[in-house]
Amino acid sequence: MRFLLNLSFRFKVPLWGSLLIVGTAAIISSTLLLRSYGELKSDLLRDARSQGGTMAATLFSAVLHDQVWRAYEIIKAPFRSESGKSPGQAESIVVLDRRGLVYVSTNPESMPMLADFRQLSPEFPALADAIARPGSETRVLESEGSDHLFVSTPIREEQAHLGTLVQIYSKKVLYSRFLKSAEQAALIAFLVIVLLLPIGWYWGQRTAVPLLRLTERVEELGRRLPDDLAPELYDYQDELGRLYQAYNRTLQQLREKAQIEGQMIHSERLAAIGRLTAGIAHEVNNPLVGMLTALNTLRHHDELSPRMQKTLTLIERGLLQIKDTVGALLVEAKVKSRDLLPQDLDDVRTLIEPQAREQGVNLQWHSQLQTPLPLPSSSVRQVLINLLLNAVKASGHGSDVGVDITTAESTLSIIVVNGGQTLTDSQTEHLFEPFANTGDRGRGLGLWVCYQIVRQLGGDIAVESATRDGNAKTSFKVRLPLGVRQ
Amino acid sequence: MKVSRRAFLVSCAALAMTPATPAFSTRALRVGMTPAFLHTQHGLLADWRGYMESKLNRQVEIVQRDSYRETMDLLRLEQLDFAWVCSYPYVYLKKQLRLVAVPLYRSRPYYSAYLIVSEKNRHIKSLSQLRGKVFAYADPYSLTGSLVPRYQLREMGEDPEKFFSKTFFTYSHRKLIEAVADGLAQGASVDGYVWDSLNALKPEITGRTFPVSQSIEFGFPPIVARRAVAEGDFAAVQKMLIGMYQDQQGNALLRQLNLNGFIYGIPELYDGVAEMMRAFGES
Repeated sequence: MRFLLNLSFRFKVPLWGSLLIVGTAAIISSTLLLRSYGELKSDLLRDARSQGGTMAATLFSAVLHDQVWRAYEIIKAPFRSESGKSPGQAESIVVLDRRGLVYVSTNPESMPMLADFRQLSPEFPALADAIARPGSETRVLESEGSDHLFVSTPIREEQAHLGTLVQIYSKKVLYSRFLKSAEQAALIAFLVIVLLLPIGWYWGQRTAVPLLRLTERVEELGRRLPDDLAPELYDYQDELGRLYQAYNRTLQQLREKAQIEGQMIHSERLAAIGRLTAGIAHEVNNPLVGMLTALNTLRHHDELSPRMQKTLTLIERGLLQIKDTVGALLVEAKVKSRDLLPQDLDDVRTLIEPQAREQGVNLQWHSQLQTPLPLPSSSVRQVLINLLLNAVKASGHGSDVGVDITTAESTLSIIVVNGGQTLTDSQTEHLFEPFANTGDRGRGLGLWVCYQIVRQLGGDIAVESATRDGNAKTSFKVRLPLGVRQ
Repeated sequence: MKVSRRAFLVSCAALAMTPATPAFSTRALRVGMTPAFLHTQHGLLADWRGYMESKLNRQVEIVQRDSYRETMDLLRLEQLDFAWVCSYPYVYLKKQLRLVAVPLYRSRPYYSAYLIVSEKNRHIKSLSQLRGKVFAYADPYSLTGSLVPRYQLREMGEDPEKFFSKTFFTYSHRKLIEAVADGLAQGASVDGYVWDSLNALKPEITGRTFPVSQSIEFGFPPIVARRAVAEGDFAAVQKMLIGMYQDQQGNALLRQLNLNGFIYGIPELYDGVAEMMRAFGES
């Protein structure tokens, strides 16, 4: 039983459904059969009573005048019909005289004239007792375990009682007719089952399969975020449909949460890196400035050998390179700068266009900016330049780089799109870290600088890189809130 | 049944009392048929009636009754002009009847009684072994079906009324055979001519009966006429019957009747019957 209950719904639902169908068919069939058996019996008895009544009335004069042959012809009449053995046909009919002896019977061989009825069959003594009880009505006598039904009718007119007519019916006739209807009922039940079972099975599968999919996904939840359930798998508003919706809703929330967590970790890491680099840069910068000043002083005050001169120049070049790098790391977005003008953006365009042409890249420029914006112009320009340089570099010959600059709801939005190779997941993961993309050209600080500037200005920068319909597309979206300048 | 018969007899008596009128001379000839033989062969009777009408040039009415007694009553009451009766009623009513013709069965004017028993009693070889059994008679006025077995018992020194445990009448030889075939009666004495004829037609019935013995021969049931029948009618009917074998239609009828023809009979043919009747004080 446990095994059955542990079965998958895929089998359990259709199985229960089938059991239900088979059970229903069985119950209905057997009920109908029982009823038909009862009706068969009552039909038989009704016919028997009416036949008995008519026969007894006709027999009266025959028995009264001791016309044995006529009595025989009367009781034999039902057996002479051309229709042969009809289902309502008695097995035998016997006329008993007042003493309980056989007056005449349709089976003279087994029930000869003058034989004592009681001694003819073990069933008969009880029957004879029942017949002997006074009464003028037709009686149905059925003894336990007997496969015969007896209908007795007294042969009497007014006070004259001449004997009893006994019709003996075999229940086998009833059984055989019952079997015939049972066969029909079984056939119909079988047809119903054949018709209903596939429907039940299909319906079971329809319920079970969505449930299975749901179960599989919920089981996956602990390990990873599973896929959505396609709504067309179960597009109804019942409990299962609602479960689907709830599952999808929960999954959506989990995804969002995971994404937010990922973003938080990412930005926290970037912030930590930023603080670290800024700290190091400051610590390096201060002695560096001292060292460069000392170097300069040394050059002007002492007579130096050419060899020393050469060495000093070497040191100075190294220190300057360090200063450059450190300077680049020391991003200071909120330097005093004038407001951003539309002209600034045009400058950037002018600056980039030659490079784009050189690369064979088509620059699609869309700017809505009409009025000055309260944003540090130099920082914004730097961000835009960095992004554009990257985009141009990433783009292949003959492709487009799109620039879209809009303002809405006190936010400046810059979108730079290129059609170059898309970024890998790990590239995206570390995109905004310093020296992350020390690829073919540059130091790999461009995006890090962009990120630092944008964060310092209270904005955000995001990247989307994907291939859709065979077109690679990588877009950087920068959003800068207006009016955060101090 | 009894009541209606009584009513019928009363009406017959009433008819008999009305004086004869000239209209009677042109009335149909009434021919009675006892159920001695082919009681149920109505088609044959209709054909025979048609044959008689064409030969006699006169309307013929066939009258059938269930028992010999009724036919005898009709003869006595002059309700019948001619009748085919069993030899016993003929002898019984000899004074009122004239012998018209005697059928030829197997080319002879004789027949005999067969003692038959049912399948269960096949071991029985003689009438004496049927003591205490159920025995069926054809008709109280049947020679082979009643008088013969009763006479045989009497000859054996037995009382026919007590020899059997039960007796009953079937009022027809054919039914008598059926009663034995069904086992209702364990034995019966049956008209040998009827048994043979039925054996040819329906062997499935006679096959369930078993002839044990055959009686001596008696004169075959004759065609008789009421004494008062006009001589011309008597002669015409006699000529018609005796000439039956001479034409095709008559021959066909005789074949169906399982007879060879009719001859002029003599009353002495039935002396054996009269002797048996005397034994019972009936003649």
